[in-house]
This record gives sequence, structure tokens and C-alpha cells, in this order.
Amino acid sequence: MNFEFTEEQLMIRDAARDFAQRELLGDVIERDATATFPTEHVKKLAELGFMGMMVDPKYDGGGMDTVSYILAMEEISKIDASVSVIMSVNNSLVCYGLQKYGNEAQKEKYLKPLARGEKIGAYLLSEPEAGSDATMQRTTAEDKGDHYILNGTKNWITSANSASTYLVMAQTHPEKRHHGINVFIVEKDSPGISLGPHEDKMGMRSSDTHSVMFTDVKVPKENRIGEDGFGFKFAMKALEAGRLGIAAQALGIASGALERAIQYSKERKAFGTEIANHQAIAFKIADMAVKVENARNLCLKAAWLKDNGKPFTTEGSMAKLYAADIAMEVTTEAVQIHGGYGYVKEYHVERLMREAKLTQIYEGTSEIQKIVISRGLLRD
Amino acid sequence: MKILVCISNVPDTTTKIRFVDDNKAFDKNGVQWIINPWDELALTRALELKEASGGAIEKISVITVGTKDAEPVMRKALAIGADDGIRVDTEAKDAYYVAMQIAEAIKDGGYDMILAGIESSDYNGSAVGRMIAEFLEIPSVSSVSKIEMEGGNISLKREIDGGTEVMETELPFVAIVQKGIALEPRIPNMRGIMMARKKPLAVVAPADGDALTEFAGFELPEAKAACKMVDEDNVKELVNLLHTEAKVI
Repeated sequence: MNFEFTEEQLMIRDAARDFAQRELLGDVIERDATATFPTEHVKKLAELGFMGMMVDPKYDGGGMDTVSYILAMEEISKIDASVSVIMSVNNSLVCYGLQKYGNEAQKEKYLKPLARGEKIGAYLLSEPEAGSDATMQRTTAEDKGDHYILNGTKNWITSANSASTYLVMAQTHPEKRHHGINVFIVEKDSPGISLGPHEDKMGMRSSDTHSVMFTDVKVPKENRIGEDGFGFKFAMKALEAGRLGIAAQALGIASGALERAIQYSKERKAFGTEIANHQAIAFKIADMAVKVENARNLCLKAAWLKDNGKPFTTEGSMAKLYAADIAMEVTTEAVQIHGGYGYVKEYHVERLMREAKLTQIYEGTSEIQKIVISRGLLRD
Repeated sequence: MKILVCISNVPDTTTKIRFVDDNKAFDKNGVQWIINPWDELALTRALELKEASGGAIEKISVITVGTKDAEPVMRKALAIGADDGIRVDTEAKDAYYVAMQIAEAIKDGGYDMILAGIESSDYNGSAVGRMIAEFLEIPSVSSVSKIEMEGGNISLKREIDGGTEVMETELPFVAIVQKGIALEPRIPNMRGIMMARKKPLAVVAPADGDALTEFAGFELPEAKAACKMVDEDNVKELVNLLHTEAKVI
């Protein structure tokens, strides 16, 4: 067993940390308040190669492993989870799915610009009535020979407005239920696509979330990924990998809150001494640190399994479930340690707490993770 | 044209400083190492010059004197854009020793411009750059805050009391650089990190010779006293405290 990171992994972690400190920290509070998309920030993130960091270099990616990705996601998320969710969706849902299941022509045309970060990707699975139960796709893709016609509505789409490349799940053969679902690469500017209003979210307000409406949208057949009916499997496989990104995001939110709580408790005085010297605060810090360390180890274990070609579904779900839940606990305690200052925006921890909540909901709620984990254990 | 940038491996500025061996040696345990900030800016400027030179600058090399602990910062220098590196495999004992090792390792390397940070952020000796020039018997210019290159001409701007001075020198030379030489160090990108795997980082044995000085002991400054707040209306108490406690008036 070896708990040491490689020189390269540490270099990537430090690069992500430097980037977050230098480019994100300065205006993160303002962008959150005004719900402004981090256009310039994402561009710089792309220049450093973080938007497609795990993609094979032959498709213009960074060629890095999942452990490095976890380290980078943690560092970015400590400062700004809005930026890290854009990074996560692009890397571990869209690029991952395209690289693993797309054909050469699709990779050449769509994966390369996504890996370079010149274009942003979005993943369109959720619908108004299909969230945790993703088998109930109402969006239809009618087979018209050389093309498909898409109709329906997708909900809660991260980067919906900023993305140019959509991966869309839609039902072609309703009688086959989820085996009838297909997945398509759809260009956002295709005629018939319109966006709902910008969702006014509790947290991660600097990422743009919209619903997306499809009205008779024509998609060429060559844009279908995999065989007819492969869509649901694609969606689940992509989520399996995507989960690691969100697990690391939750970890970062938690460790960011812990760092701020430690710093504050060493500065703030009450009853004649720094509050860190009061056991009530010191024990909170100890509990938070244990949770963060556990979450980190779960994330890295799942990433290591993936990097070594071993099954990681159960461990990935464990990491996502645990990291999201402790992110909520740790950020709540960080606010408590900050007292009144924790409740105002200037001290960041209230924002981290709002961001943490979403990690329990998206890319598989905590309850869905428990289904995945228990099935993994109980099925013969 | 070839540029060499001297790199010192220093503890991150947030490191808690502790000493061992009867306070004669710095405790390296758990230290996060970084490229000395001045050296990192020197490297940044070297890269800018190379990119703008249209091929006139063919190579940027980096060198350090240090044990294996120094490899990560050298790999980072390569990831940022240096073409190759040399590590003289020995403990950096004092300025004389480091300068002597660097001079020995590069004397036949054909470098035209040698850049060294004005000081290292750990021992702050401010001596290595000058000493390298002396060992190699080549010119050196200190406190350089700007390096410009036009055609084959290199101009060096240095800060002097009350103004600036622009100098030219024959090649090869050593420039000891300070604040202003580059705006901000670069963050290595994925491509750079990937390419750094394949870039040569030579490890060379140290030359014979020894340090001229040794550390007799280190002392940490006394902890800062707690801050006392005096009510703005209570000038009398303030004067009293300054007189009896702080003893400054």
C-alpha cells in the first residue's frame, strides 16, 4: 500500500490551488451574488488544460489520471464550487462519455474542442418528471432514417446556456422502456432548441442552470452514440464516473470550510483567549477534520480503482454519498464556529454551506447512492 | 543563444520553522518546497524572452544544487517551460559552495545569459549570483528589474538610489534579478506537466571543495506580544503604557 502522491499529482494539485487563489478567490462572492457565469475564469482554466484533463492527449486532453482529477477538483471547490461543477460536468460526464463510447468521427469533431476547453459540454438527462427515476424519459427521438427528430424538455441542465455541445438522452422505442433510450450529440444552436429562464439557485449561483426545450430538433444519425438503445446504459456509465467529480467537489467544499474554520478559530478571541483554545471549538475542528479525511480517502480509493481498471461503482457511490453528507455537516459547523460572521457573505462559509446542499442532490441524490451501494452488496 | 536560470529550493513561506541538532540545522520534516520566488520570476522572464525571440533563444536550462528533495521544484520548472535541467547532487551548504558547484557544472555549457534571483527566501544571502560570475570570470549586473532583447542587443535596467540605470554587457554574463523582472509566475498547464516527464533532468556529482562557512546556531525571534487595545479617549493610559510597559517613551 502506498499513500504517497506522485510528483506529478502534487504538481497538478498545486497548479489547481494557485489557480483558485489567483483567479477565483477575488470575485467569487460577487459572482455568487450576481449569478454571473465565470466566462473568463473558465477560459483560463481551459488554457491550463483542466477542462479535459483526463482525456487522452491524442484527442487534445491532458492525459492525467483520476487521482490527479480528484486533487484538482478538491482545490478548485475549496474556493468556488460553481467553477468546479462546470469543470466536473465537462470532464467526467461529457468528455468521459464521448471518449469511452463515441466513435472516431465523433471524437474528432466534438471531443477535441471539449478537451481543449474551447467548447463547454452539457449533459441532458433529468426531466421535469424524471430525476432519480431516469428510466422515465419523456423526451422523444423519432427515427426518421438518416436523422432523428427530438421533442421534449430537459431540466436542471448545468452550463445549459454556456455550453455548445449537448449530450441528450431521449426515448426512441417507448415499448422497450429504458432499453429504448438513445443518446445524441446535439449542437446547442440547432434550430428548435430554446432555453427556459436562468434558475435562481440557492448555491453554485455562478454556474448557469436552465431547462432546455426541444421542438422538432433534427439530429443527424451519425450523432447517435453507440448502438440503437444504448442511451440508458451510457447515461448510467457516465454518471458512475461523474460521481467521482462531484464527490471530490463535496470534499473540497468541506475541506475549504474546515480550513476557514481553523483559521478563524485561531484569530477570534472570546473569554480572554482564541476560541481555538476552547474545547467546544477544538473538538468541533477535530470532528470536522476526521470527516474530511475520511471523505478524501474514499474519493481517492474510488479514483485509484478507476485508474487501475477495477470496478469502482460501489466505492464511487460511497465517496459521493459520504462526501456530500459530511460537506453539509462540516460547512454547518464552520458557520457555527464563525458565529454571526459565518452568517454573512464576507466570510465565505455561508456560501460553502449553500453549495454543499446541492452535492447531496445532483448527479444522484444521497438516497440513490444508498440504492447503488446496497444493491452492490446485496445482489448475488 | 542559451539561457540558464539558477533555481533554489526553498520552504514555502507558510512553513512553520523549527530547528534540530541543538539549533544548528533546519528541520526539513514535513516541509513543502517551492521554487524560490525570485528564481521563479527569473524563469518566467526567460520564457517570455524566448517566446518573443523568434528562435534566437534556442534553449532555457535550469540548475539547482540540492539533494533529491529538490527534484519536484526542478520538475515544476520544466513543466512551466524550461527545456532541460541539471541537479548537482549535494546539500547546499553555503553561498560559496553553491556558486562553486554551479560554476563547475556549467562552465562548458555555453550559456550566454545566466539569471539568478537576488536572494533566496530562506537564507537571504544575496551572494550566489555574484559569486558565479566571479568563478566564471564573466560580467555580472545586480538588482536587475527589467531585461529587454532587441535584435541581438540585450539591455538591463537596474534600480539605483533615486532612479534607474540601463546597462549593456558582453556575453556571457550573469544578471541578478529582483522585483519587476516579471509580473507573475506561471502556473504549469497539463501539457507542460506531461512534457516535463520526458525532459532531461541530469543529476551530476558535486565537484571537490567545501563550504567556507558553517551554521553555529539559529534562533527564532521572540513571539509577538499580545496587542493591547486602548480606548480612543484614554490618551493618559496610552502614554502611561508606552512609558511603563513598552518603554518606548
